[in-house]
Amino acid sequence: MNPGDMLHNILSLGVPFSVALLLASLGEMFNQRAGVFNLGCEGIMCMGAFLAFLPPYFLKATVLGPYGNLIGFAIAMVAGAVLGLLFALVTVTFRASQGIAGIGLQMLGWGVAGTLFRHFIGGVTGVEGMAAWPIPGLSKLPFLGGILFNHNPMVYLSFLMVPASWYLLYKTPWGLKVRAVGTHPRAADSMGINVNRVRYQALMLGGAMAGLGGAYLSLCQAKMFADDLVAGRGFIAVALVYFGRWSPLGILGGALLFSLAQSLQLAIQVGGIKFPYEFAVMLPYVLVILVLSLARKARMRGPSSLGIPYNREMRY
Amino acid sequence: MNRFKLAYNAGVIVLAVLAATIACALVLWAIGANPTATYITIFTGPFQDMFGVTEIFVRAVPLILVALGIAISFRSGIINIGAEGQILMGILAATATALALPSLPKYLLLPLVLLAGAVGGGIWAGIAGILRAKLGVNEILSTVMLNYIAAQFYTFLLRGPMIDPGELETGSGTPQSLRLPDAAWLSRLVPGTRLHTGLLLALVLAVGVYLLLWHTTWGYRMRAAGAEQKAARYAGIHVERSLVTAMVLAGAFAGLAGAVEVAGVHHRAIENISSGYGFAGIVVALFGALHPVGIVPAAAFFGLLLVGADMTQRSAGVPANMILVLQGVIILVIVSAKMYLNNAYAQEHVARFIERLRAKRPPEPAKTGGEA
Repeated sequence: MNPGDMLHNILSLGVPFSVALLLASLGEMFNQRAGVFNLGCEGIMCMGAFLAFLPPYFLKATVLGPYGNLIGFAIAMVAGAVLGLLFALVTVTFRASQGIAGIGLQMLGWGVAGTLFRHFIGGVTGVEGMAAWPIPGLSKLPFLGGILFNHNPMVYLSFLMVPASWYLLYKTPWGLKVRAVGTHPRAADSMGINVNRVRYQALMLGGAMAGLGGAYLSLCQAKMFADDLVAGRGFIAVALVYFGRWSPLGILGGALLFSLAQSLQLAIQVGGIKFPYEFAVMLPYVLVILVLSLARKARMRGPSSLGIPYNREMRY
Repeated sequence: MNRFKLAYNAGVIVLAVLAATIACALVLWAIGANPTATYITIFTGPFQDMFGVTEIFVRAVPLILVALGIAISFRSGIINIGAEGQILMGILAATATALALPSLPKYLLLPLVLLAGAVGGGIWAGIAGILRAKLGVNEILSTVMLNYIAAQFYTFLLRGPMIDPGELETGSGTPQSLRLPDAAWLSRLVPGTRLHTGLLLALVLAVGVYLLLWHTTWGYRMRAAGAEQKAARYAGIHVERSLVTAMVLAGAFAGLAGAVEVAGVHHRAIENISSGYGFAGIVVALFGALHPVGIVPAAAFFGLLLVGADMTQRSAGVPANMILVLQGVIILVIVSAKMYLNNAYAQEHVARFIERLRAKRPPEPAKTGGEA
């Protein structure tokens, strides 16, 4: 294979790989901008991946069959929002320690998805998933066409989420509230913003997006479900928020970096270069640690009240 | 009003237990299992014979060790989620040591093996500790990533360099190491069961951790750094050093748990040896209020849960993942309840609420608890 084709392959595989990370990470960005560190993202993605898998699997032969995927995405988003609500209850209303609560939510989501999966489905079965949807005209472009415009609709949608998130965060009153609540909740409170309500909203939005990211994994990327399908992508998504310095564009860059590393690794394996499989799987996790080590200055720009529960009745 | 305080705290605990029980019952109900029957199997099943009872303590040993380490790290202000990976590294180091020095007598080899496990886990945790102290890398994320890396490294070694040569000859290729030499085994406490002397080691170390944290300067420094970093720094405590120390200690305990598990129960490194002890240890540490006196009974309780959950898997067909659900729910409930226990402020709210209910009752008895 000549280098040009290889590059084309790596890029056109890498772009759709980034979607799950991108969606979850954008959601996490809203959480963190509102001051809540949601490590439960991983658990929400597991639930989203599992629940989205159910409708196409069970409705295959019914009238609703063609809409299975859509119903799946919708259910995953609702479930994600519900889990976000649960997390908000624990960390915003009860003001529990966010890091540990996040691990609890991760175990809960992972455990529930695995338990229900083993009971209702059992073994590995695939779904048809979402077909590619080439954009007429653009997909015929010489090099870029295959890379950017020959994917399933979720890819386009999630890339559109990047400017949409940017607009929501920086150009709408709600986005301003989110940023205020994450930077200086007391000041926001004194201006009449209901801090807890905004945090609840942000967590529900973040949860819905993480659920959608999980749904993408099972319906579009793997086209099946397994206990370990998410495999730490939720945690990687959290790390990407640091890497992307809490901005949608930075997160897009981070998500692409990770997905390209993944498709590069696949290409190396397919290319027949001897390399223990386990080390290839390790790669993204090592990359996260490297990325976090290099992003040390980024924390200065982060939301200053990240991780601190707000109690309006306390004086400090 | 001391009696009210007691009643308030008891109320919080009862609500917490109720919330956890109901949440898990919902999941059980969703998979068509009978929640009551499942709970009964979990809590009484293991007590049916001697083997079941000893098995509870077999599970409690690694849980105690892991939880002690996690208590040290949490108390010192650094959250170690990486016990799972540290256990694996401990197993690898212990196994390699035992296999490399098979001719040593038991009184030399066994301590060496356990020490190697502790060192293996400690180094692995130290990575996250140093990254946090020097570069400010969030230790939760780094330890989670180190878990995934350790899991891959473990499989790589067991499938490749450390695989039992016999597996290659017969061609079955089960990823497992050679059997450890007898001199590296922890002796059995009760013949015919799997209960081993690791239990005594764990109990001694529990006392050790108590002494370390509450009766040494070192422990005081770590707890001070964990309680309030700025104040500790102002008092001249080297906070970064204390973070790294705490993390290395936490990893050493997890690694030791792995070594004990391999030397006491399995006698060779196999896949799925840890089966989630690293995560269960977090729950045990929180459940035991991050104190050795609480951790030992909490570990026994979770040992019971783990053995019981295995039994429900066999008898009632409840998938083993259910234990994760239970753990997740318990963590969420504990961290929430913790904010209300001994919280004079919330207690005051409840007291006022009750006062208001009482005041309201005589004029309109039907509307009690309507608002507020």
